Amino acid sequence: MNKVFLVIKREYLARVRKKSFLLATLITPLVFPAILGVFLWISLSDEGEEALKIIEVVDEGNQFFMESSGQYAFSYSELPVDEAKAMVQDGRRYGFLYIPKVDIKDPKGIVFYSGNSTSVSLVDHLERELKRKIEDIRLYESGIDPGFIKSIKTDVSISSVTLGEKGEEKMTDAGVNYALGFVLGILIYTFIFVYGTQIMQGVIEEKSSRIIEILVSSIKPFQLMLGKIIGIGAVGLTQFLIWIVLISMVSTVVMGYFGMQMPQQQVMEMTNPEMAQAMAQSSEVSKIIQVLQGIDFLQLIFTFLFYFLGGYLLYGAFFAAIGAAVDSPSDAQQFMFPVTIPLMASYFGLFVFILDDPSSNISFWLSVIPFTSPIAMVGRASFGIPAMELILSMLFLIGGFFFTTWIAGKIYRIGILVHGTKVNYRTLWKWVKQNN
Amino acid sequence: MSILKIEGLYKSYGSQAALTNIDLEIPAGKVFGLLGPNGAGKTSLIRIVNQIIEADKGEILVKGESLAPKHIKHIGYLPEERGLYKRMKVAEQLLYFAQLKGLSANDAKKKVRYWLDKLDIAAWKDKKIEDLSKGMAQKVQFVATVIHEPEILILDEPFSGFDPVNAEIIKNEIIEMKDNGTTVMLSTHRMESVELLCDHLAMINKSHKVLDGSVQEVKDQARSNTFSVMLRNVNGSLPEGIWDHKTTIEGHQEFKIKMKDDEPNIFVSELMKYGEILGFSEVIPTIEEIFIQKVKDNEHE
Repeated sequence: MNKVFLVIKREYLARVRKKSFLLATLITPLVFPAILGVFLWISLSDEGEEALKIIEVVDEGNQFFMESSGQYAFSYSELPVDEAKAMVQDGRRYGFLYIPKVDIKDPKGIVFYSGNSTSVSLVDHLERELKRKIEDIRLYESGIDPGFIKSIKTDVSISSVTLGEKGEEKMTDAGVNYALGFVLGILIYTFIFVYGTQIMQGVIEEKSSRIIEILVSSIKPFQLMLGKIIGIGAVGLTQFLIWIVLISMVSTVVMGYFGMQMPQQQVMEMTNPEMAQAMAQSSEVSKIIQVLQGIDFLQLIFTFLFYFLGGYLLYGAFFAAIGAAVDSPSDAQQFMFPVTIPLMASYFGLFVFILDDPSSNISFWLSVIPFTSPIAMVGRASFGIPAMELILSMLFLIGGFFFTTWIAGKIYRIGILVHGTKVNYRTLWKWVKQNN
Repeated sequence: MSILKIEGLYKSYGSQAALTNIDLEIPAGKVFGLLGPNGAGKTSLIRIVNQIIEADKGEILVKGESLAPKHIKHIGYLPEERGLYKRMKVAEQLLYFAQLKGLSANDAKKKVRYWLDKLDIAAWKDKKIEDLSKGMAQKVQFVATVIHEPEILILDEPFSGFDPVNAEIIKNEIIEMKDNGTTVMLSTHRMESVELLCDHLAMINKSHKVLDGSVQEVKDQARSNTFSVMLRNVNGSLPEGIWDHKTTIEGHQEFKIKMKDDEPNIFVSELMKYGEILGFSEVIPTIEEIFIQKVKDNEHE
């Protein structure tokens, strides 16, 4: 075991000390807040400075009156169409809305001309306005007071509550849980691929530089493989830890600068019951609060970490075996298939089935089969998972890890000493069957 | 006394036999040469002794004990295919290998310092391998093999890949280690180094052991009672059929002759009738010739 620790230490230090690690670790978390910051800055600076856009309206039937807003001013005239178009062309007007005399029951032929490509939101805005105007006119014509219609509008909002096994009630909300499942699932997917590839490259490096035979004369191949997987996993955890700290810090600064509150702070305030009560008037916010309160974060974090590591270890062994079987990274492509397929399947399963209905049959199977469970289960985690299913899935994952590591160990042990031979799936199978 | 005893060792890869019933005894404190053409099974044997692969059958005893992981500490191994971590510093790398062999961190540090000084590479200890010259890296490679001062040193084709200057340095180190009591087992197909270095040798061909013994014994076995003769002023023609090979240079006749049970003295007195004997010496085959002969014999079987 002492030797495994030596390998872990070497793998860890060799990577963490590299400049590229430092660079990637520092820059990655800066990228997202930086992009966010730039967007905020642009949109904020846009609002004040933007000139009022004047839109020429030619309403041949004199049926509609468009109200000017802060952004758009509507100028009414009875100019001929060509002249109005010319005003747009020479830049005196931002756009030109042409409304022919229309049948109010079937308004057709309305055209909006603009110099630049038209913004979708502006056309939407115009359509909505006109629609409202037409509806008002028609209500009036049929003798119904538009005010009456407004007064009978009712908001319906259904609170979704999950009943626990012991009868405890938990607010759920598809949106919040969806977001959580989505983010956590992608994190695990990325982690497995990024660090799995590092394992593979590490093994190929040792193999192609011929250090491997010196190593395996001192340490069992299996121990070497395990040490490498754990060491690189530790690098990944370190990186994530640094990111979480950095992202929190940078986001606080960025958000703080633009006068926004940080999500984390909100969560903290929300978990404070008095604050929650005070904010409960706003129904949407209070719903999110209640949903977040309903999530067992301790369980969520534990589940995430378990599947995060479990999934990495399960696939890490495969990546090590692939690295051992080939002579160069370019040869590895052919063996990546069996690793990529289940990961992709769980990734798509996450979007198509799990986030849509976490308790469906297919969600159950995806989150129990060890090859898909790391991504599938964290997708379900925030919705709440029945204890039995969670235990079953975890046991399967542990079992799956032992199984893949055992298989991979056999391939690894033989593969690392084989040079210059074309290895295919049949050879791999032969290695697996071989006893020593 | 033999430090390493190999009994009835078998190893095959699928249907291909790599080692068939190999028995060997490696005497303590000697240099043991393992010879054989490429693909004979040398590397398989060496890998089994290093516990990198397992034998199908047979036993290996180290000082009378069955070979076990605890012996790793006492064996140093320089594989034929070798390398170092290119982006790791010299001293760190040696420290890692020493610790993997089972040395404590403190002992490992001392040994690293000692060996770096001994081979004049201390100034390079904080350089990465990729920044070293090839010769320098070769020295580091050798140090990595002997850093834990093993009782048994196993070298697979030790001189391949080394430049002549470094090969000489390594050869001297091997001799020095032998003098200090280290047992050295080396495989090679370069015969000139065998005669210079080895006390004992074994030859493997096509998975079988074909020869085994001290260098002297092996040579004695290979003596075929053949003599090389040089005659001057030959009068008359020599009897046909007794010479294998005849050359005539400026009136000198040179030939090899294989004797049956005749004693050399009788033959010499007979020869004197034909001319003046300038040279008469026994032809003792070199290890290389023995090796080639053995391989050829095997092919005919």
